Amino acid sequence: MSQDIFVVIEHLRGEVAEISYVMLAGARQLSQSSGGNVTAILLGHNAQGLTGNLAADKALYVDHAALAEFTSDAYITALAGPIREHAPRAVIFGHSSIGMDIASGLSAKLGLPIVASCRSFTAEGKFVSQICGGKIMAEGDLPGPTALVTMVPGGYKAEQGQSAQPPAVTTVPAPTLEGLRVALKQYIEPDTSDVDITKEAMLVSVGRGIQNKDNIGLANELAEALGCAVSASRPVVDQGWMPTTRLIGKSGKRVKPKIYLALGISGAPEHVEGMADSNVIIAINTDQNAPIFTVAKYGATIDMFDLLPVLTEKVKQAK
Amino acid sequence: MKIAVPVKFVPDLVEELTIDPSGAALDTSWLRLIINEFDDHAVEQAILLKERGGGQVTVMMTESDGADDFLFTAAAKGADQLVKLTGDFSSINNHALAHVYADLLKELQPDLVLTGVQAHNDIDGAVGPLLAELLGLPYVGYVAGLTVQGDKAVVRKEYSGGLVAEIEVKLPAVLGIQAAEQPPRYVAYSKIRQVMGTAKIEERPVAGLDLSGGTAVSRLFQPEAAERATMLEGGADEVADRLVAIFKEIGTL
Ligand SMILES: Cc1cc2nc3c(=O)[nH]c(=O)nc-3n(C[C@H](O)[C@H](O)[C@H](O)COP(=O)(O)OP(=O)(O)OC[C@H]3O[C@@H](n4cnc5c(N)ncnc54)[C@H](O)[C@@H]3O)c2cc1C
Ligand SMILES: Nc1ncnc2c1ncn2[C@@H]1O[C@H](COP(=O)(O)O)[C@@H](O)[C@H]1O
Repeated sequence: MSQDIFVVIEHLRGEVAEISYVMLAGARQLSQSSGGNVTAILLGHNAQGLTGNLAADKALYVDHAALAEFTSDAYITALAGPIREHAPRAVIFGHSSIGMDIASGLSAKLGLPIVASCRSFTAEGKFVSQICGGKIMAEGDLPGPTALVTMVPGGYKAEQGQSAQPPAVTTVPAPTLEGLRVALKQYIEPDTSDVDITKEAMLVSVGRGIQNKDNIGLANELAEALGCAVSASRPVVDQGWMPTTRLIGKSGKRVKPKIYLALGISGAPEHVEGMADSNVIIAINTDQNAPIFTVAKYGATIDMFDLLPVLTEKVKQAK
Repeated sequence: MKIAVPVKFVPDLVEELTIDPSGAALDTSWLRLIINEFDDHAVEQAILLKERGGGQVTVMMTESDGADDFLFTAAAKGADQLVKLTGDFSSINNHALAHVYADLLKELQPDLVLTGVQAHNDIDGAVGPLLAELLGLPYVGYVAGLTVQGDKAVVRKEYSGGLVAEIEVKLPAVLGIQAAEQPPRYVAYSKIRQVMGTAKIEERPVAGLDLSGGTAVSRLFQPEAAERATMLEGGADEVADRLVAIFKEIGTL
């Protein structure tokens, strides 16, 4: 049993994922109230070099050929031992395609409590989670003895979790990884045949508020008048109204245009993750409580179907 | 091929959410519940798999307003078995729930369990991976499409930026569905009405829940209003004029 905070470093194809640094920054804050060290735990194969800029007091490195690429099965087996043995105060995972595949499983396997969607920790070491699409924050005492935590971005800056001083690395022997039931076959690269929305100076972005495929035409007309592209939130893409290449957010692209005009997008954390760095965010949403208004610079609670034809006309005239 | 799909209702986020007097829970008196959208996708994916390769789809949920309607709708889409757990689930947590479903699934012995990838109101981890561990099965989440090949599933797992990993998972397995291969289908109300006459919902009472292992929340609050946007007032004309001025100022027009 220790007061240390473990961070499970996420990496994919030779690159440390940004959420890893955010987690290290959160761990640093939590360690100040727990009184322990921050330990990065890295699983991989010939990947020790990835520890170089992690802002951690030390790093545990587990090397095995079966850990070369992320799979839930191998990761759960490889993490169970060190967590059981060190019994840290908390183990932080990303609330992501990697972390969410393993954190709850480890919770069941090790009989340890879990806190999901944690965005930050308070000075007293309480967790603050972001739930209900960003509309509600939930605070509570970090459960014990060891809390497993999945962390969302937004509460800390990645730079806070980076350091020029590499942590001391201890290599931990890998467990036997046999009888694995999950295996990576291949990565399929994102489609690049469409416009690259990451290069646009302005985006007209539509969410579920657009209601149906036909209405996308209204956004297209505005974008055409402005000479920019149309992008979308996840439900729009999942409904097949727009191609995946236009998706913004956690599973889609990250964009930083000069202007991001969000039409009928609520501003769920998974969407905001992809557009929060835009220079100026403008949100049109009929719900005055929509979380998008907490990241937007300008907003209006007007019905987009009233606004769109008028706006398109005025943009055409202004040219 | 047996496929089990546990589904869940969540608060509709388009409605205003209010916090109850305890300060630690949502006020449920006005809460409108809708199906977790990822569960709609999980049901769709299950039915697509059945249409392609045959099999049996079981949809299961805990009792609540609207549960019967949802189950009958699933039957109208092609689900074969409908299970409703009855009891008091008002203070349930995901760990307790996973135990309940694990017991049920040990009986059903499905080849695949498809859950939604997550629900927006979770504090306590996610049911899918908890279930997988309790059943001793592998779990893969963020899944958008899969094919079954013999005793394996080949799944498309999503990473950020549009990157997809093609992953082979040995069956039986639990998968967290992010999106079905096609948008959830629509069924006409007349078809649902028809199914209501023939399909049966199996009720299973659940008692003696073990509520330990959940994570307690002491306070709920709305995010700070400090960083709120400057609101543009007026009708379409006025807002459009302001926007045109902003576009010009920033130089995108
Ligand atoms: C693992 C995971 C990954 C995800 N990845 C992504 C991602 O990459 N990108 C993404 O976007 N989402 C992602 N999501 C989904 C995300 O959680 C939200 O569900 C989604 O962003 C909501 O999209 P939306 O805002 O368009 O829809 P909603 O949340 O339904 O919002 C629609 C909004 O439109 C407003 N509205 C309705 N009618 C009008 C009108 N006439 N005029 C103006 N406003 C109107 C409503 O008030 C509402 O706020 C992910 C979720 C998970 C679990
Ligand atoms: N009460 C429930 N009844 C049935 N399935 C559930 C329930 N809670 C969660 N699940 C399943 O687990 C998925 C993820 O939800 P959660 O575990 O709450 O994140 C849901 O989409 C369902 O498939």
